[in-house]
Amino acid sequence: MLRLENFTKQYATGDMALKGVNLEISSGQVVALIGPSGAGKSTLIRCINRLVEPTSGSALLNDINLTKLSSSALRKARRRMGMIFQEYALVERLTVMENVLSGRLGYVGFWRSWFRLFPQKDIDEAFRLLQRVGLDHMADKRADELSGGQRQRVGIARALIQDPELLLVDEPTASLDPKTSRQIMRLITELCTERGLAAIINIHDVALAKMFVQRVIALRSGEIIFDGSPEDLTPEVLTNIYGEEDWEATIKQEENGNSENGEADKTVKDK
Amino acid sequence: MSNAETANYNGRKWRKPPFIKNPYKRWSLIIISVVYVVAAFATMEVDWQRAYEGLERGANFILSFARPDFVTRFTEISEGIIESLVMALAATVVGVAISIPIALGAARNISFLPIYLICRMIIAISRALNEVIVAILMVAIFGFGPLAGFITLSFSTIGFIGKLLAEEIEKSNKVQAEAIRSTGSSWMQMINYGYQPQFMPRLIGLSMYRLDSNFRHSSVLGLVGAGGVGATLNTAFSRYEFDTAAAIILIIIVLVVLLEYLSSLIRAWVQ
Repeated sequence: MLRLENFTKQYATGDMALKGVNLEISSGQVVALIGPSGAGKSTLIRCINRLVEPTSGSALLNDINLTKLSSSALRKARRRMGMIFQEYALVERLTVMENVLSGRLGYVGFWRSWFRLFPQKDIDEAFRLLQRVGLDHMADKRADELSGGQRQRVGIARALIQDPELLLVDEPTASLDPKTSRQIMRLITELCTERGLAAIINIHDVALAKMFVQRVIALRSGEIIFDGSPEDLTPEVLTNIYGEEDWEATIKQEENGNSENGEADKTVKDK
Repeated sequence: MSNAETANYNGRKWRKPPFIKNPYKRWSLIIISVVYVVAAFATMEVDWQRAYEGLERGANFILSFARPDFVTRFTEISEGIIESLVMALAATVVGVAISIPIALGAARNISFLPIYLICRMIIAISRALNEVIVAILMVAIFGFGPLAGFITLSFSTIGFIGKLLAEEIEKSNKVQAEAIRSTGSSWMQMINYGYQPQFMPRLIGLSMYRLDSNFRHSSVLGLVGAGGVGATLNTAFSRYEFDTAAAIILIIIVLVVLLEYLSSLIRAWVQ
């Protein structure tokens, strides 16, 4: 469904953020993208929907080459790619409902969106999604009144109302406490299963990633150095990705399953 | 860190690093500034004899504030005040309406370079020309009366609002707008949803401030024949009717204070 071929990004400063990444993700597959800070994880997903322009290579979404699209065709293509952000990226002065409905901007004309006159089926869907993420009673609250976990739920609803096939998720839990982090990861992966969405989830927290996904990809200095199942993340592999450290706690984490007492990995993660 | 290492720092001095590192540069800048200020004061010519003679006239004028005359020239004063208020309000509305698109064009983060340069040039021209100079030109083109004043104030409003609003837009949180862009929105929708909520409080505050400064300026523009209460004030001065002049100035002060109070209420309300 999504195929990256020799995907490269060089910033104006000369830094090579992505060095010829090749990657294929099939329909409905949820992938965790791990790697140290500055490895190019954020750049990778931003280059897919061209919030950042890739330098060369191609990204094919259902055989449409995103890198070659004109700006209006790109807007159409972006509708099928929902994005979820680290700091939630809600428009703080708009209401929860306006934030969710902003996910429909690619489908409605300028004046309709200016006067907030969205089609009734969009509004119905927005309420359904808010109910699904447990915030239907918050529709008219301003986004900056919500807590972190609630904001991220609104962010998820905004991405889903686009009716996407692919979710691009950038550090969804980095600003959340451990318990909320798990709830948000669970919500994202459940919704992907319900709706058959593929997703790329950038995530710092290796233990958390292992808990919720079947496929893990690791980036280091703009190159893929690991692509496999979470079970294959041995201490040797993690050392190769992040550098020398005691990885036993991170790996044991996963065996604890769903118990909510998992801060053991924090020290390692924040290294 | 071991004790042996920390021990080396005992008694080590610390001071805040100076703003300009190079001591030669720093001291020569300080000396040049002092010499310049002293020289500037030394070359200022003050005719103390003339100032002494003027004291009496000044005292007369100030004393007349104790007995302001609102009645004798009531018709002229009220017409002048109303003309000034109308001029200020109309110029603010038109000026702000024109300056919004110019500010959008002059914000480097959302504009294209050629448009940016054009908009910055319009702002620079508007700011470079003082109101009185523009008013003299406008009186020459449109003749005496409030039309010239209205156009002058609209023109200078563009420079003020355009510059400060553009700077506000440049300071906006980029991720919120990115989130809107990633939904497949058009450029206009991105401005409406991603930026407008962020800059709107500032725009309202600036517009209110500009309304009261336009009113203040309108009392000066009358001196060059561009309408408003300034014309009445000028007439009062040339007839040595200091009590009428005092009445006009008192009204201006009260109105400016009222506008200031109104604008603080509105700014608190839009936060």
